[in-house]
Amino acid sequence: MSTSPLPGDASNDPTDDQSGRFVRQPNGRVRPLSPHLQVWRFHLTMLGSILNRIAAGALSVGALFVVGWLAAAAFGRGAYETYASIMGSPVGLLIWFGLSLAGAYHLTAGVRHMIWDAGSGLTPKSATSLTIVSMVAAVVIVVAFWAILFMTGKVVL
Amino acid sequence: MVQLTLPKGSKPTTGKVHKAPAGAKNVKTYKVYRYDPEVDADPRWDVYEVSADDHGPMLLDALIHIKNEIDPTLAFRRSCREGICGSCSMNIDGRNTLACTKGWDECSSSTIAIAPLPHQPVVKDLVTDLTLFYAQYDSIQPYLQSDEPDPEKERLQTPEERSKLDGLYECILCACCSTSCPSYWWNQTEYLGPAALLQSYRWIADSRDDATDKRLDDLEDPFKLYRCHTIMNCAQVCPKGLNPAKAIAETKKLMVSPSRKKTEAV
Repeated sequence: MSTSPLPGDASNDPTDDQSGRFVRQPNGRVRPLSPHLQVWRFHLTMLGSILNRIAAGALSVGALFVVGWLAAAAFGRGAYETYASIMGSPVGLLIWFGLSLAGAYHLTAGVRHMIWDAGSGLTPKSATSLTIVSMVAAVVIVVAFWAILFMTGKVVL
Repeated sequence: MVQLTLPKGSKPTTGKVHKAPAGAKNVKTYKVYRYDPEVDADPRWDVYEVSADDHGPMLLDALIHIKNEIDPTLAFRRSCREGICGSCSMNIDGRNTLACTKGWDECSSSTIAIAPLPHQPVVKDLVTDLTLFYAQYDSIQPYLQSDEPDPEKERLQTPEERSKLDGLYECILCACCSTSCPSYWWNQTEYLGPAALLQSYRWIADSRDDATDKRLDDLEDPFKLYRCHTIMNCAQVCPKGLNPAKAIAETKKLMVSPSRKKTEAV
């Protein structure tokens, strides 16, 4: 079962696609690409997937803040206190709130993917339900997390 | 490659508006993607106002009415008009489906957009080039491969074995699922797409087929199978109610199954 060669003559295909399908037309131009995101009516599982990607991207950036925290600690007391006060400011707290939300959603979406990889919950209906649950659970986790932080006085505005 | 916007020359412009005659009742508005490679520079959206009383209940009836009565230049594929040939697959009201099984009264939007299958090269109007799609189907070797010699009569299956093919054999290869999949949009020359993978699993799940390990080996690749990220567009749109996402998940499970015998790389 070797990969069959791509159809068409790629030499006439000036696009990156190189499948020979985007040939030059009688009007001298390349075949247009049909609209995709421009016409698509979104639904929840698609949004869930995109948010999971965004969350993953945010967490990668967030890792830099963690590295900054460790680096500040390594530099000494002064650097650490400066870093902690910046991160404890309203703007800093907003960043960490966003990162905690990204982390919580990435976690619950990961659980959702584990259920799917086991072969369950894959009907359109149950996939949508699982997505709702993963989103709601992420919000609940984050709200509870910050409520505890504020109530125990670990964080103050 | 992910490109969220359409490339230059692919963005539809505003086209002609074909008004309904005065006094027409039950008028529906259709926004139809048009592109003629003989004359057009850019694709365009033409608007047709059609009285639903003048044609049958399905979107395909509306399209045939437009072609017969209003604008004979409109191109689209159709054949069986009963959801079994898979020719009239297109994007209607934001989702891929068969025009012949979608009622115009099922569409929620006030202006119903009708576009070709998404992220494909457009041949003309609603007709896209599906050669890559068919080549991908061809690549999964969609036929029985048995180690047993040909029997006198048919190859027998138990009802249980046969039932494993339900939800798989019904696929009509209309390409609604593959062209609904963002992973397929961005990586269609490498990722096989939901339709080809469902068809692949149809043979993997077949008790009469002995090439399961070989089929799995061929799918073991960063792109062919594993670009499925369970976005679920495929199962959402399948006009036959099939579930390619489930077939792909089952294939992934078999990939790590202890019963799988990997053929040695030569």
